[in-house]
Order: sequence, then C-alpha cells, then structure tokens
Amino acid sequence: MNDPIIQLKGLSKCYGTFKAVDQLDLTINKGEIFGLLGPNGAGKTTTILMMLGLTDPTSGTVQVCGYDSTSNPIAVKRKVGYMPDSVGFYDNMTALENLMYIAKLNGMPEDEISSRAIATMKQVGLENDMHKKTSAYSRGMKQRLGLADVLIKRPDVIILDEPTLGIDPAGVKDFLILIKQLSKQQGLTVLLSSHHLHHVQQVCDRVGIFVTGKLLVEGNINTLSGNLFNKEGYTTRITLSESLAQPWEHEMALQALGNIKQVAVDNNAIEVSCFQDMTPAIVRFLVQKGYDIMSVHKKEYGLDDIYQQYFENNSTENITNEKSVSFFQRSFFKK
Amino acid sequence: MKSQLAFFKDLSLKNKIAVNEPKMRIPTSPFQVMVNKEIADHIRSWRFVVLIVLITLTFIASMYVSLSNIGAAINNTNDPDHVFLYLKLLTTTDNTIPPFHVFLSFLGPLLGIALGFDAINSEQNSGTLTRILAQPVYRDNLLLAKFVGGLVVVSTLFITLVLLMMGGGLLLTGVRIEPQELVRILAFGAITILYVGFWLSLAILMSVRFRQAATSALTAIGVWIFFTVFYQMVVNLIVRAFLPDPNLLNQAEIISYNDIILNILRIAPNQLYTDATTTLLMPSVRSLGPITMEQMAGAVPAPLPFKESLMIVWPQLSGLLAATVACFALCYYLFMRREIRS
Repeated sequence: MNDPIIQLKGLSKCYGTFKAVDQLDLTINKGEIFGLLGPNGAGKTTTILMMLGLTDPTSGTVQVCGYDSTSNPIAVKRKVGYMPDSVGFYDNMTALENLMYIAKLNGMPEDEISSRAIATMKQVGLENDMHKKTSAYSRGMKQRLGLADVLIKRPDVIILDEPTLGIDPAGVKDFLILIKQLSKQQGLTVLLSSHHLHHVQQVCDRVGIFVTGKLLVEGNINTLSGNLFNKEGYTTRITLSESLAQPWEHEMALQALGNIKQVAVDNNAIEVSCFQDMTPAIVRFLVQKGYDIMSVHKKEYGLDDIYQQYFENNSTENITNEKSVSFFQRSFFKK
Repeated sequence: MKSQLAFFKDLSLKNKIAVNEPKMRIPTSPFQVMVNKEIADHIRSWRFVVLIVLITLTFIASMYVSLSNIGAAINNTNDPDHVFLYLKLLTTTDNTIPPFHVFLSFLGPLLGIALGFDAINSEQNSGTLTRILAQPVYRDNLLLAKFVGGLVVVSTLFITLVLLMMGGGLLLTGVRIEPQELVRILAFGAITILYVGFWLSLAILMSVRFRQAATSALTAIGVWIFFTVFYQMVVNLIVRAFLPDPNLLNQAEIISYNDIILNILRIAPNQLYTDATTTLLMPSVRSLGPITMEQMAGAVPAPLPFKESLMIVWPQLSGLLAATVACFALCYYLFMRREIRS
C-alpha cells in the first residue's frame, strides 16, 4: 500500500514576493483518494499545475509516477489525467468529436479510437448526448465529459481540480460515487482538490489541509479529528425520559467507571466527557440503574470543525504577522 | 509446382497483411492531429469564407480589367515585357483599380491577421488550452500547428487562384505559356504566401501576448494600418525636416540620401512585398533603387532572366523571412515557459 506515486519535496512557487506555495512536502500512495482541501487562493491549483509541468516551481521537486514533472512533463502527462476547474471544450464540435480529439492527441491507434470513445461516454453516462454540440451541454454534463476526457487515456493517476464546482447536490453525489467506483475498480490514484468539505469527506481516504501555501496537516479524517480534539476527549450526551435532581445521586458511581473527566447534568440530559470512548459502558450503567434512555449522541468531529479550527488559528496568526510587519516598516522609516 | 505457387501466393498475402497491420496501428503524431484540426476549423469558420469571397472578388475584378486591356498591352511594342502574356494578365490595369499584386499587399495582412489573432488567447479563455496541454503534447507543437494550419489554408488558396488564372488564360487566349512565366508566377505565389505568413505569425504573437482576442486583433490591425498608411507619411515628414535642401547637394550625395530613405521605407513589410512582386512580375525592372545615367548607358531595354530578377529581390525575400522568423521566435519565448491557467 505504501507505494508513493506522487512525491513533492520542498516545493515552492513565488509570484514576485507573494508565496503561493511554500515548502510543500507531500506523498500520495498508489490507489488512494487524496483530498486537497483549502480555501480559495490557498495554492491548490498552483500545486496541481506544478505536478503537471504546466508551471515551473521556484524551488523543490515534483515526482509523478517516477518522472520529474518539470524536466519531463510529457512522460508525466502520459500517465496522468487532469481535469481543470473550468473545463472548456471546442463548441463547434460534438462531445464525441471533442473526446476523440483528445484520444488522437494521446496517440491512440486510429481503429480503436471510435469504439473506445463511445465506451468511455457510456461509462460516464453520456451515451444519449454524445452527438450533441458541447455548447448545448449543461455544467454537470461538461464535468462528466471532462471526466471522460481523463478516463479515455487510461491514466494511472487522476487529478481533479474542484470537480464538484457548480453542480447541483444530486449531481455531486453521482459524480463522487462515480469517481470512487472507478478508483476502486481500476486501482486509480485520485487527487481531488476542493473547498467543499462535505464532498471531500464522502470519498477521500486521506486529506491534506492547505492554507496560504502551506500544508497544515494531513491524514485521514478520524486521526485528524483525534489530533485536534484530543484535549476535549470524547463527549457523549444522553437524554433520559425524566428530569434528574440537581445533585445527582449516581454521579460518583459513574465517575468510578474510570477514564471519565467530567459529568454534567442538565435537566433530563447527561453530558459525559471521557478520555476514551466510554459510550457503551455509560449506557449499560444507566440501564442497570433503571433509567429510560431516549437518545444517545456521541459527538463526532467532522471536517467542518477541523476546518474551522485550523482556519481560526491561521487567521489569528495572520493578524499578528501583519502587525509585526507594519511595526517593522514604521521603525524602518523612522531611521 | 501448383502447390508451391499456392504457397507463394499465400506467403505474399501474409506479407501484405503484415505490412498493412503496423500501418494501421501506428498512431498519427499529435502535431499532425493538431494541424488537421486547425485546418478543419479554418475551413468551417465564417471568417475564412468571408475572406475567401473578398479575395476571390478582387481577383476576378482585376482579372476582368486586365483581360479587357490585354490586347493593347500586348501590342505595345515599346514595353519590353509585352511578350509575357500571363505576367501582363497579372499586372495590366487601366488605372481604375490597382493590379492584383498591389491589392494583395494590403489584403494579405488582413487574411493573416484574421487567421491568427485569436489563435492562443481564445483557447485560453474558453479553457481548452489547459485541456490540450494536459495531454502528452509539446507546447511548441501547438504554436507550430496554429502557424502551419493557417499557412496550409493560405497556400491552398493562393496556389489555386494562380493556377486558375493560368488555366483560364490558356482557355481564353490559347497562347502558349513560357516556362519563365510559369516560374515567375509560382514565385509570386510563394512570396505572397510568405507575406501572409509574416502577418500570421505577427497575429499569433499578439494572441500569445494579449489575453483578449479584441485587443490582439486591434493591435495587429494597428500595425498593419501604420505600415500601409502612416509609415510613408511619417518618413516623408522626417525626411523633409532633417535632410538638407537638395539644390545644395551634388549628385552623389543626393543618391546616397535617396538610398537611405528607400532603406528606411523598406522596414515596412508591405514595401518589401511590393518591391519583390513588382520585380518578379515585370521582368524589365532592373533595379529597385535609383540608377545613374552611366549605369543605364550600355543597357538594352530587355527583360531580365528569372534568376537575375530573383537576385534583385533576394534582400526583400530575406527580410520578409527574417521578420516572420523573428515574430515566431518571440512567440516561443513568450509561450514556452508561461503558466497555463484558464
């Protein structure tokens, strides 16, 4: 499983004095779906362009499928399918012609192209519209055609830049399921960039959070939330049918279960913070004591919370940075 | 014996299949695919249809005028070129409209600009550039395909026109075509293609440089109008302001000043084109600059052979070629390491 297919080492890209990507190190293994998360302008697209050799890094190296993207982009592009965020087609050609043109550019033998293009169109569910001009295509259909573009070259790696942008919720769901299916069936490595947390959460094995050119954290969603909310531990909220008296008689007994940090009683609800996940033990305890349990809710941290937490940290950091900069300037001008 | 024959037949068939099969399997190179697409796009576009109509109409008009005056031109024995019927067809006029090659000196740029002004930036704006460059193709192949595609279309157009003119002339007059005329007319076609090629590469350069198709079209048209209309005026103004009074100069000085002025005028590509085509289509033209009486003294007013005419316009040809290459090199420089983002 640990077979790196994309390796970024010390990758930086500067536009003038602005650092779009700053000392990025990232490894993506074969067969996984990796989500690159970050707000707009975080440097996601720049990173992807550097992976494809469409822009040159200021420093650092990119290795994709064992080739250096900067010095040998053709070999990389043979293995990698890329779907840009605003995918465009030649409007004077039909969808199938557009697709066949890409197939020809990839040097596919003439006699295979037509059958393969039609097969790919079926795969992405556009077989009924393939003879329409692309100017008549809706946004969602264009995204699908973009995916067909990527798939027809039978890549090892798929890079999708904001693939869910501008599609309606039902379309997004279908699209993500399609990507996940393809990845599992064909063992493809998928790199997905997005600022939509929920979409990424649905499909990705691993995510990296990317803010102002830096990879803040990477890992799967569970470990991320574990890292982040460790201090708060696990919280379970249990609602009972009847209200409890304020100094609760069984509080000490519940504390005695061990691993419990704090117990809070509020009318008919009990909130227990623990160092480990104690939910089954707590429920068993309450049942034994004869309470009627209406609901049990274990607090889980989704990407939203993770995202929020990281961005909050980051924005405060920015403010302090700015302050120090302006201070610096002031003292400089005084001289 | 029979079986052996059958065996050989079988073998040869097998060979055929073996030869055929790799041919089928070899994919066309991406460059060829791109050129094919460019040509198809040009041919299907309205823009090109309009241009073809425009150029064909001027061609027909100038042919009509020259055909109605051809009799007088051929019988004019004072003109040393009167034996070249087909060259006369291209150059004769009764001064109501200019001859075809003069027309082309200002319509050619329009053709080149129209074919190239949105080559790169329209692809970039519609998001297809990223898509194409994410495929395993070299970047310079795209630029070259844009240029070659346009040039193939233009070449086909001009070669067709020129051949049509010669065929039409043969049918109408029944006069035998001289080999020299054929060579000269083909050279005229080649120079026209080169001239349009220059404007095409300039337009592609503009399309690489400017993000908006309108900006690049306007800039290219601006350059074209500057050279066809204003350049001569500007040069004349400057010359009048800076040069000493001709009455105070001796003859050698006047000639040297004249040379300078001519050379400055020759920076304009349309001047180069007019010089080159005039020399090629009128074999009696001996020099593009002033000639002194001593130089003219021993000369017989007779047409030059093709090679000599070509020698006269060789600098013009090199100039056009160099300007085309320079534009194209600049395109490469701007495009090759640029970030591709839609």
